[in-house]
Amino acid sequence: MTSILSVISAVLMVAGAFFFFTASIGMLRFPDFYTRMHAAGKGDTLGAFLMLSGMALYNLNAGFSLFAFLVSVKIMLIAVFIFVANPTACHAITKAALDAGVTPWTKDKAGVGGRGSVVRSSE
Amino acid sequence: MEDFILGISIVMALLAMVVLYRVVYGPTVLDRILGVGVIGTKTTILLCLMGLIYKRIDMFVDIALAYALLNFIATLAAAKFFRVRKSIMPGAKFFKDREMGV
Repeated sequence: MTSILSVISAVLMVAGAFFFFTASIGMLRFPDFYTRMHAAGKGDTLGAFLMLSGMALYNLNAGFSLFAFLVSVKIMLIAVFIFVANPTACHAITKAALDAGVTPWTKDKAGVGGRGSVVRSSE
Repeated sequence: MEDFILGISIVMALLAMVVLYRVVYGPTVLDRILGVGVIGTKTTILLCLMGLIYKRIDMFVDIALAYALLNFIATLAAAKFFRVRKSIMPGAKFFKDREMGV
């Protein structure tokens, strides 16, 4: 028996899995640290939010009660926390990289160090 | 629907394996920290999916919340620690050896 609530939650979970997939491929393929940060920071945040929303809806599927509603509220609390904390953490790591002197990837340096994944020193 | 949730869990585990490549072979330390953070987010989702499979989501959601908090604090602390270290500078010996193919 499939209700409309479980169909909506399945669609949300598949969308979240798609965003996680793009974030993982971006982390694998992008050339330097800052572009990898771009992939991981946004794709991961939106994927986690969609996935947890789908799970909160699926939790209400088996019959509405106050207990199930409070558990769904708690799942959405995790989603809101990840939505705030994940970009904050990404900003902190980016600032650390900038202060430590990791140079951004540019096109003219791409052929020097392989695919440009190894950051060159300025000497 | 249980099979669907199990499939989503397997996909999450495989994507964590993909990110594990960046943690192992990442050129700088900050790449590894970023990869560990991404794997931690995936683990939070995976814990909630485990709760749905075992039908004890009320218990697993507390563990997932604690894991999310711990992941955030660990990433912030590692970023603050490596901000003042010079060992992640690319001129270090480790990176020169890596470029030579040693």
